[in-house]
Amino acid sequence: MTTQNLTRRHRVANLFHGFCFTVAWTGVVILGILLFHVTGEGLHWLDLQFLNDFPSRFPEKAGIRSALFGTLWLISLTATISIPLGVGAAIYLEEYAPKNSFTRFIDLNISNLAGVPSIVYGMLGLVIFVRLFDLDRSVLAGSMTMSLLILPIIIIASRESLRGVPSTLRQAAFALGATRWQTIYSHVLPAALPGILTGFILALSRAIGETAPLIMIGALTYVAFIPEGPMDEFTTLPIQIFNWASRPQKDFHELAAAGILVLLIVLLFMNSFAVYIRHWLERKI
Amino acid sequence: MISNAIEKVLPDKKQELNNDAVLQTKGLTIGYSHTVAVNNISISIPERRITAIIGPSGCGKSTLLRSFNRMNDFIPEVNLKGQVMYRGIDIYEKNVDPVEVRRKIGMVFQKPNPFPKSIFENVSWGPLINGFRKDIHERVEQSLRRAALWDEVKDRLNNSALTLSGGQQQRLCIARALAMEPEVILMDEPCSALDPVSTAHIEDLMFELKQNYTIVIVTHNMQQASRVSKFTAFFDAGNLVEFGETKNIFTLPQHKRTEDYVTGRFG
Amino acid sequence: MKSNQTKIESKLASEAKVFRGGRAKSWREEVIKTTLFFCALISVLTTFSIVFILAQEAGGFFQDVSVFDFIFGTHWTPLLEPRSFGVLPLVCGTILIVVGAASLALPIGLATSIYLSEYASIRIRSLLKPLLEVLAGIPTIVYGYFALTFITPLFRTFFPKIQIFNAFSASIVVGIMILPMIASLCDNTFRAVPDSLRQGAYAVGATQYEVTTGVVIPSALSGVMSAFVLALSRAIGETMAVTLAAGATPKMTMDPFVSIQTMTAYIVQVSLGDTPAGTIAYQTIFAVSALLFIITLCMNIVSHRLLHRFREVYE
Repeated sequence: MTTQNLTRRHRVANLFHGFCFTVAWTGVVILGILLFHVTGEGLHWLDLQFLNDFPSRFPEKAGIRSALFGTLWLISLTATISIPLGVGAAIYLEEYAPKNSFTRFIDLNISNLAGVPSIVYGMLGLVIFVRLFDLDRSVLAGSMTMSLLILPIIIIASRESLRGVPSTLRQAAFALGATRWQTIYSHVLPAALPGILTGFILALSRAIGETAPLIMIGALTYVAFIPEGPMDEFTTLPIQIFNWASRPQKDFHELAAAGILVLLIVLLFMNSFAVYIRHWLERKI
Repeated sequence: MISNAIEKVLPDKKQELNNDAVLQTKGLTIGYSHTVAVNNISISIPERRITAIIGPSGCGKSTLLRSFNRMNDFIPEVNLKGQVMYRGIDIYEKNVDPVEVRRKIGMVFQKPNPFPKSIFENVSWGPLINGFRKDIHERVEQSLRRAALWDEVKDRLNNSALTLSGGQQQRLCIARALAMEPEVILMDEPCSALDPVSTAHIEDLMFELKQNYTIVIVTHNMQQASRVSKFTAFFDAGNLVEFGETKNIFTLPQHKRTEDYVTGRFG
Repeated sequence: MKSNQTKIESKLASEAKVFRGGRAKSWREEVIKTTLFFCALISVLTTFSIVFILAQEAGGFFQDVSVFDFIFGTHWTPLLEPRSFGVLPLVCGTILIVVGAASLALPIGLATSIYLSEYASIRIRSLLKPLLEVLAGIPTIVYGYFALTFITPLFRTFFPKIQIFNAFSASIVVGIMILPMIASLCDNTFRAVPDSLRQGAYAVGATQYEVTTGVVIPSALSGVMSAFVLALSRAIGETMAVTLAAGATPKMTMDPFVSIQTMTAYIVQVSLGDTPAGTIAYQTIFAVSALLFIITLCMNIVSHRLLHRFREVYE
């Protein structure tokens, strides 16, 4: 065992460290390039007129009003549907479910569904909500489809959060004669709330960015009105971006970039809001 | 650096240094963030003897042990003052390579931690990465024999090390350390996770090993210290209270604190 | 005597009134429990619906087209005469994208996770991890746009032969998309490897490179593979980036610089068009979806088995 090979070994170790360090920042560098490119392309189209106008054949007159409102409608309905269902399922699985094979089967289902491509959910939504329930191409059908899509995410994140609540808290409540639900409602849920909140904001962010399932259920790509009820037809930001990016003219590509900026700002706003709420809740506890 | 110094020193001085210190600390103080774990310790570990370090939990025994092979380097906010000398060389000096230090000073941990590899690979990995070029099979067999494990595993060297029992795994970890042909073996409560039978095996092993290796063992088991070691150091709250021959520490301690500890009044 | 007895009885009776809520309480508990149970059941219903619908519609499809022709045929022209229903060109397009994405994302993702778990300080971790999550949260349509308007023109300046729609640019962005996923999952895996193993390796005189590659990564192997398989499954299911950037021309080719079509892009194409329900062209959506579903399901199961095997050792 020699000392020469020690210098070589240390050199290899340092090279490896340097390599991993450089590569690790690749992702960040790419993020930077992407944001820079999108901003460069689209920023000059971003003005009040852009936000207020409907799409048009003429790039100068085009705007994302319908897409923006469509997205807002979609998110509101999706949140209303998926949050109670998702958190409810998580509560059942963590607090009530007996450890038998049926429960394990449900677990398996959830983790499999988390990995199913979003376009398959689109197909599901098409057959069940659009055709079977006869909801046609409405915002309601879209949000029910998206709810199914993000349900596994909400369930998994909420379960993690519930699991993080120490069992001593539950035991203290039981010892006072509280029922299971009283314990959950008054003690466990509030303690798990920050994590649950983060989980569903993450899930909603995913829903905002999804395009394929909504295309499949028939969300239109050229819509010049805003939805006024859950049964109305709609479009969303990603679909509008897709529409503009698919056209050959450069102007429309730039409009797509502007639309992307709006989308990213909406996402940024949502995630910052989540971080803020989380800190506020954690301070209260 | 160190190896060159050793190669020059060892052949002549091997006889002379027989009862001399192989490890020495001078004014060693080790702290983490705001607490001091080891306070101004000056201790000499004699060669080819078993030295036990005893004391109540949290008194800094493990921290001291880990300073001997620079394993404390991995703790983020550690700061160290004073010197740790291995054969006259301060191992914390700027140009000393910790990898080299660990080749000469091996360690066995409290909970057996074999690699999730085969029994053979566990023992061969250390020498191979350190550039061992000769017959690796011979080295592995030799190490397993010295750890009194060869007969039990010779037919299943390719099995995973995790299939061994706790006591066997710990002997495998000893073999792994021996395969590097160190001078010193540090043992951090090596039997605390084992049953009494395995503990007895390892204590027998230590007796055999001390003929060729210097052993420093941290233990909270006083009976074990009095059984195996020739010298004992008693630590309390980071301070070296007393150091001397084991029989004296346990029968004629000089400090009341020592007497209180060895008679079980605290700790 | 007797009057005392009655006094005690009436006292107990009046106390019982205070706690009478008992029976009503447990009825409400049952209702809540059942409601929550049905919430959980929705996931099972979802899976069954997917399987049922795919089986039914694909079943209809396979009455007209033989399974063999579908799986092994090399021409996919279901919307134009002469109709041909061999799905291999779509599968080939998907594979091309996935291979390209994997060659980018697997090494970079792995190296990133090694850096995060073995080398990075807490401060750097707290900066890098959120940034990677931002990368992961960007909608896929944005990546499609990026491929079409930045990557393709960039590479066309060096290699003019590249077509406007090509697999190469799309696979780069799909790779970028799955990169944070690999980095994050592998990072979790490496952090689950107990520190005592690293300590044991350092104690025999190893450098950090040797400890990482000789002990940490081999110990974490099934976890790492689980992450890889999951990421590839995600790449297979990716839709919008490939729809925008890779093209709509199914062909059997290994050339990444020409226009192709993936399974997912085909489904979008048909959905955008006017295909009446019940026609064979409509049914092709379901046949291709079924194939997609089966492939990703198998991969996800493999991934979970691998993760389970990793967890068994360390937890």
